[in-house]
Amino acid sequence: MKGQAVSDAFIIMHADDTVATALTALNPGRSIDYDGRNVVVSEEINFGHKFALEPMAVDDMVFKYGEVIGRAIEPVAVGDWVHVHNVESIRARPDSQSGEADAVPNEEGSS
Amino acid sequence: MGVRNHVAVVPVSVTASALATQLAAEAGPQVRATPHQMPLDPAPYVREQVKRVLRGIGSHPNVGGTVVVALGTETIQIDTLADDIARSGTPVETMSIRNAGGTAAALRDGGEAIESLQVEAQTARRESTSIEELVVALECGGSDATSGIAANPIVGSFFDRLIEAGGAGVLSETPEFIGAEHVLAERCIDEGVSETLLSYVERREQMASLMNVDFRGAQPSPGNQEGGLTTIEEKSLGAIAKAGTKPLRAVLKYAEKLPVGGAFVVMDSPGYDVESVSGKVAGGAQVVVFTTGRGSTTGNPIAPVVKITGNPETFNHMSENMDLDASGVLSGQPINEVSDSLYSLVRAVASGELTAAERRGMEEFAINDIPPNVATEFGGQS
Repeated sequence: MKGQAVSDAFIIMHADDTVATALTALNPGRSIDYDGRNVVVSEEINFGHKFALEPMAVDDMVFKYGEVIGRAIEPVAVGDWVHVHNVESIRARPDSQSGEADAVPNEEGSS
Repeated sequence: MGVRNHVAVVPVSVTASALATQLAAEAGPQVRATPHQMPLDPAPYVREQVKRVLRGIGSHPNVGGTVVVALGTETIQIDTLADDIARSGTPVETMSIRNAGGTAAALRDGGEAIESLQVEAQTARRESTSIEELVVALECGGSDATSGIAANPIVGSFFDRLIEAGGAGVLSETPEFIGAEHVLAERCIDEGVSETLLSYVERREQMASLMNVDFRGAQPSPGNQEGGLTTIEEKSLGAIAKAGTKPLRAVLKYAEKLPVGGAFVVMDSPGYDVESVSGKVAGGAQVVVFTTGRGSTTGNPIAPVVKITGNPETFNHMSENMDLDASGVLSGQPINEVSDSLYSLVRAVASGELTAAERRGMEEFAINDIPPNVATEFGGQS
């Protein structure tokens, strides 16, 4: 497969990734060796959910598929669950378009 | 080249849609209606898009004859539409409820028109043909983390093989390129194609903003999030894996006619799967390959929809709605092995084997609308 599955426990899609995806439910304290490294899962990770392979500070980019999938909004430690509570999209938010957040339907188009 | 031989009953507007459904139901499984919600007088910026869909369905390769039905007061002229369809070589009949003298008479006249087209469609012979005439539409619905890891990469591997063999295919769902558009842009055959691609993606992103949609709540959807997808970027990067690695030749409008023969193209469409599938089928795709993680039952009246999931739980729970189990790759089965199975399955479906959606009578159809504020902002490009 494209990514690298580690003993049916999780998969890393690309060598540059900072998160891995669980291929089975992982319990807190589960220790897994991969690539000469070790990760201890710090909380319950459901099937298909992600955990950190690298520590992240606020605003650090998060990598999966070798690409940016968002940025950390909380500090993240290795083994932590990575999801909407600590990572957010950097795209397509009303407040990401300067001053466009309150665009109203009946306003005349300016284009 | 068609892979089915349906008679299509195509309503011009919502006012003829119930009649179309009734006509098809009375005529049996060969006859398929494409009911939709478009009004008698769609705004000019939507009208061209509606016409493309109606024309595309009426002259679809899987359709051996078409009855166009209308109330008779629609802005879209039934005779012009019928002429456009006839030019493709598809036998076509028209039926206006107003001219017929009401619903009962329209049902009678419409039924007769269908019968005569069925007789004509039955003269069509089964012919063996090459994969070079096949156009496959790619779609996903109800994505979860397995989509980008299992089902979509398998479809990507299948897709590369299809294009190498001279077949054609189309990826759509523009909002699900957001965050992955740079990967697709690099694959465009020239600057013009990549500029068009990026402008469509930007437009969809601005549409979301105009409609005050906060992607953090809606994309990925709550279901996607429960399945492990965190951001639109993650969902998009997983979604585009369906389209393999071949060069991207063109970027088309919603329901625009798709090229045949060794081409990978993108069509602009919403993420809503029924509208997205309908647009690609209207463009001429004869078969749809549809991946799901959380589960989906979506079909189409005109083109068979092949369902593939990489989520073992979904496959077990909804096996009657699934055609292929891709979950083996999660435990080490090689992607090539499953994509070989998919290739054989698509060939079998193209040769007449029924898909799960066909067996269950799943025939959803919808035409993409353009909200007025979006049309105002974007000058009604459609």
